[in-house]
Amino acid sequence: MTTTEIPGSPGFEIDPRALTPLADQRLDVELQSEDMVLNIGPQHPATHGTLRVVVKLDGERVVSADPVIGYMHRGYEKLTEYRTYPQVTTLINRIDWLSSFANEVPFIHAAERIMGVEAPPRAEWIRTALTELSRIATFILFLGEMGLQVGAITPAFYGFRDREHVLNLIEAVTGGRFHPNFNRIGGIKDDLPAGWINETRRVMGLMLDSCDQFEDLVAGNEIFQARTRGCGIIPADVGAAYGVSGSNLRASGVDWDLRRDGQPYLAYRELDWKVFTHPDGDTFARYWVRLQETREAIRMVLQILDGLPAGPVMAKVPRIIKVPAGEAWVNTENPLGEMGYYVISKGATGPFRVKIRTASFSNVSILPWLLKGVYVPDIVTILAGLYFILGDIDR
Amino acid sequence: MVDEQTADEAATTEGSTSVATIDAAATAVGELRERVVADLGSAVVAHEVNHGVVTVRVSTESWRRTAEIVRSKLGFNYLSFISGIDWMPAPKVGGEEASGDTSTPAQPMDQTYGVCGSAGRFQVFAAVISLSKKTTLVLKTDVSETEPIVASWVPVYPGADWHERETWEMYGFRFDGHPGLRHLYLPGEFEGFPLRKDFPLLAREVKPWPGLVDVEPMPGVADGDEAEE
Repeated sequence: MTTTEIPGSPGFEIDPRALTPLADQRLDVELQSEDMVLNIGPQHPATHGTLRVVVKLDGERVVSADPVIGYMHRGYEKLTEYRTYPQVTTLINRIDWLSSFANEVPFIHAAERIMGVEAPPRAEWIRTALTELSRIATFILFLGEMGLQVGAITPAFYGFRDREHVLNLIEAVTGGRFHPNFNRIGGIKDDLPAGWINETRRVMGLMLDSCDQFEDLVAGNEIFQARTRGCGIIPADVGAAYGVSGSNLRASGVDWDLRRDGQPYLAYRELDWKVFTHPDGDTFARYWVRLQETREAIRMVLQILDGLPAGPVMAKVPRIIKVPAGEAWVNTENPLGEMGYYVISKGATGPFRVKIRTASFSNVSILPWLLKGVYVPDIVTILAGLYFILGDIDR
Repeated sequence: MVDEQTADEAATTEGSTSVATIDAAATAVGELRERVVADLGSAVVAHEVNHGVVTVRVSTESWRRTAEIVRSKLGFNYLSFISGIDWMPAPKVGGEEASGDTSTPAQPMDQTYGVCGSAGRFQVFAAVISLSKKTTLVLKTDVSETEPIVASWVPVYPGADWHERETWEMYGFRFDGHPGLRHLYLPGEFEGFPLRKDFPLLAREVKPWPGLVDVEPMPGVADGDEAEE
């Protein structure tokens, strides 16, 4: 504000007649409030790690929002240039740690594509099963945690509890709950352990019940709907131009799923499944789409268990992997959205350049546009509804 | 899918249809390539179909116009990413100690260029997707080494904002017309461009890669800790 001059009071004496307009002016000064800057994060439960959003507030409304990222930047694109191909999978496991297995698949496919190697069908089917299991694990956690962000604490515990069943399944196959590092160029490390198929069938039944429960408990809840419907609407064209992908874009009515529409990968073309979209584009739509996709993923896993082809799980590849000179762009539908690797090889044992395209990076880049004009309590709901993982933003 | 016989039948029919879909995909990619090259006209320097993805290299001056044509005329409304490439051969890592270490990838020392070629060391590349036609397009353009400036895509794809900020801080390419090239990941006082090949990975320079030790039995190694995080 500019400094206010007292009218009619030159010198030291104050003219009483001037006091009234002076008081008015003071009042005026106070009513023209300054914008307030509020830091959300870096430590905030809704930010899943260390995302900081600097929001400028006018009263309760957001004037502008500026996400500050990079608190977890680990420089994976640089590090991949110093690793051999098998070592890179260890790194990229840690990009989106909720669905690590799904992270490995596009990179391995890119390397396989340049080498001209194809994994045997059984390996591809097991990869599909594990990718879908990580999708279930990621989404089940979201379905519970989303309740927490609007004040319902209980569903979060259900989410963590139910996810544990799925993580146990992944651990039984790969040995790692979060970082499986199970993919090899040309296949997977091992076959399924004995008894895994029956156990998976049982757990998938539990997960279906869990989905029903979340539908009743969270999606069907009046308060939840009041908080999420009409909140954080992303129109389809805006979302696309920002690169928002996955369930977030399907919740805006875009019928696009790389499992069906991308280059053919894994066993998705041989399974019977549906792509769900929702016309509203708000936070509730994103919740609803993820709920349906969890059910669809469970259906897919059950189909894979029924139709799993027999045979080896590794193709014949040389012991020391050298990828011939070439480039490949492989993008896949990960739980959080489109994840892709642009791998450039120069014929060495390690990649020359890897561009890692992560879903959350682009999903979060829409925040300055999306948060404009929303109320403060909705910020948290919108952040949680976009569902991002910090490792997936910062890489 | 319950008994094995139906599963087998399903597999065989799927097999025959998948061949047909691959053929259809190949012709679709060929048509797309022709269409893109025709619409971009004189901007195109080189074009290829690389592992099923149409890749087009355009001249630096027409980088912005390419985005406009590709978005409005060809319907590629979704921006996947924008990033850079440094084609300079990677310097040897780790000095003398790393020689003979098979776990350290040794890149060839001659400067070669990938798909569609390049005029020099630096390139900017991007991938765009058409959500209605479900097709992908990779675009590349050369960036001058002495004056790395290229037009910004932000007016066409607002999502280019962060991608260009990242490319700017990692490669030092300036994007003409970008609303505010600020650091995205790195602290403000950071010097140098980390993804350029002449920027050394300090961790590797200070301590040789423990890969040499890794081939020994794992337990009991004193400094087997990976100094990564």
